[in-house]
Amino acid sequence: MIARLRLRERMRDRDTAVYGILLIVALIWPLATIYATDSTFLISQAGHAGTFVLLAIGLNVVVGFAGLLDLGYAAFFAIGAYTYALFASDQLGSSPAHHSFHLPFWVMIFAAMFVAAAFGAILGFPTLRLRGDYLAIVTLGFGEIVPQLFYNIDQWTGGINSIGNIDQPTLPFWITGPWAGDPAVALVRNFDFTSNPVAYYVLVLILIIGAVILVTNLYKSRLGRAWMAIREDEVAAAAMGINTVTTKLLAFAIGASFSGFAGAYYGASFGIVGPDQFLFVVSVTVLVMVVLGGMGNITGVIVGALIIYFLLNNALPALPANVESFAKTIGLGSLNQQNGEWPGLAGAAQRLQFLLYGLILVLMMLLRPQGIFPSRVREQELKHTGPVEEETVVEAEHAG
Amino acid sequence: MGLADLGFFTLGGATLVLLGAQAVINPTQFTQVLVFGLADGAIYALVALGYTMVYGIIELINFAHGDVFTLSAYIGAALIAFFSTSESGFQIGNVIALLVVFPVVMLIMGAINVGIERVAYRPLRNAPRLAPLITAIGMSFTLEGIMFLWHGPATVHVPNLLPHGPGFETYIGGVFIGFKDVFVVVAAAILVALLAVFINRSKLGKAMRATAQDRDASQLMGIDINRTIAATFFIGALLAGAGGIIWGLYFNTITYNLGFRTGLIAFTSAVFGGIGNIPGAALGGLVIGLIAAFSDNYIGPKWTQVVVFGILIAVLVFRPTGLLGMRVPEK
Repeated sequence: MIARLRLRERMRDRDTAVYGILLIVALIWPLATIYATDSTFLISQAGHAGTFVLLAIGLNVVVGFAGLLDLGYAAFFAIGAYTYALFASDQLGSSPAHHSFHLPFWVMIFAAMFVAAAFGAILGFPTLRLRGDYLAIVTLGFGEIVPQLFYNIDQWTGGINSIGNIDQPTLPFWITGPWAGDPAVALVRNFDFTSNPVAYYVLVLILIIGAVILVTNLYKSRLGRAWMAIREDEVAAAAMGINTVTTKLLAFAIGASFSGFAGAYYGASFGIVGPDQFLFVVSVTVLVMVVLGGMGNITGVIVGALIIYFLLNNALPALPANVESFAKTIGLGSLNQQNGEWPGLAGAAQRLQFLLYGLILVLMMLLRPQGIFPSRVREQELKHTGPVEEETVVEAEHAG
Repeated sequence: MGLADLGFFTLGGATLVLLGAQAVINPTQFTQVLVFGLADGAIYALVALGYTMVYGIIELINFAHGDVFTLSAYIGAALIAFFSTSESGFQIGNVIALLVVFPVVMLIMGAINVGIERVAYRPLRNAPRLAPLITAIGMSFTLEGIMFLWHGPATVHVPNLLPHGPGFETYIGGVFIGFKDVFVVVAAAILVALLAVFINRSKLGKAMRATAQDRDASQLMGIDINRTIAATFFIGALLAGAGGIIWGLYFNTITYNLGFRTGLIAFTSAVFGGIGNIPGAALGGLVIGLIAAFSDNYIGPKWTQVVVFGILIAVLVFRPTGLLGMRVPEK
């Protein structure tokens, strides 16, 4: 028993260590990147990556905790983003409503959350009574419909033209205060959101920290244990008195609410919301982040989100240039030229990105089917698989 | 008959009544759309069979299947280039080329799909349920990546080898019917019939049905599970391979990401017919093809995706077992 406790303690230590490292990196990041590159590009990119971290944390509630497969997560993201974009821009002024709204960001971010959660509940209610995979298929369909719908009803949403000029958040007067703009209080004055990546970075950091605390508490609550019970064995969970439909519905709606939340942030920080930003590939990317990071483990999911984001937005796009300079260094510079059918080395590397991403997904999954940081507590508590038991035995010997 | 069934048949009935009204108002247009819808639907049926067989046996949404379909069109186009063919009218050389290309491409695709199963799905058979789904998505990206590397983002032309032009098309009461349309439907019907005979009569087909029903029990009965699952992937790819070439010959242009949308529609067809149910997938493909064609013409092409996936959701809500009932064990 003591040995078990110690193992759990150690597990908590690993998570604490990962959180600590992530937090330190997150705090140093703005200073370090400004110092190293003299631009805020990397900060704004980190703010964008933060959106995906939020999405991954939310999808983890659905997929990791409750074991429900959601293949249309981007739809809720789109709903959140459009909720904010429609009511915080001039868009509705040129729509049949003939009146544009400019509601404050801090209200709309919660409104977006509730709208997305409501859609999650509406979609989940009829389907969650059914077998597990049906939810996956229904969400897949929903994820295909929503962006197309936003595309089609163009007199409301602008369709392919997207919604631009979305309002930037402003801090409430009791923070900016009457001294706002006073150069004497530089810290406050600089905290203006309008095209200020640092402000968005701080905002997304606060949102992520809030989300992590919220989800960790949910995980430890009665509801969290009910989710795990359903994930492991739905029939047994129902026999233990868990209302499986309500519990699953809550997981699905809470997951959707995170997506709506992230959507509103994304709409504000990106400034443009269009239907092609929320296609199936976004749902898949977030799912890959969750599964690859380690389903059910919040730190794992955050790390997974960051790795995949880096891979998709930095590593793979940088490939052509790197390959080209590498070929020059080793004396194969002639390959860089375009020649007939050969698109040049950079062109070939450009074309190779898709293939590499696919292969990386397959390889990572084959090497670590449980994810990078699997939820070991879960394994230990529910699976009693070989290696973990051995570890326990070893620990028991040490303790004895 | 429950309330859900009632809802399903009410919706279906209302759709049929609306279509019937269209048929009365403008019979020529209606029949024309019907012909094109049947041809599309026959191809969806071929692809849907692969989804339904794989889902039936290992409960995996094989996202790579749509790309296997596209890759076969790419390989088919490359192989056709080896023959001396002509795109004008009826040529004996075209017939020879197609007679060679069809079986060769189908076998290549079968081998590729068995390889995919061996590399990406079999090692994960006892892993968490989502792991093979992610490798399936990874394989889908990989196949699309291969085609992208091969021909880039541009559309690829598949020679128009099927007999066409004057003499091979006719107007029946103002409705255009080409040899191509007939060919697509007949070829698909023959393949589906062969598959049905194989599944119901052969020993391997019996093993497949048994494995789909209860894998452990089948293993106890001496069925080689790995071989049976590999055979399922092989046959699924044969059909997708045929579907890919037929698509190429029918529409004459393909792009590397064609399989994504076609795959989703075909998967919808499989669910519509009752996932795991082979006649269901064939019927589902035809019906979805018709629905898409009617939606294209009567509602507008930009709504077709909404209509098709809306139907998917409606089917799952009102009648989760699909048209003909699903054949997947509760686990």
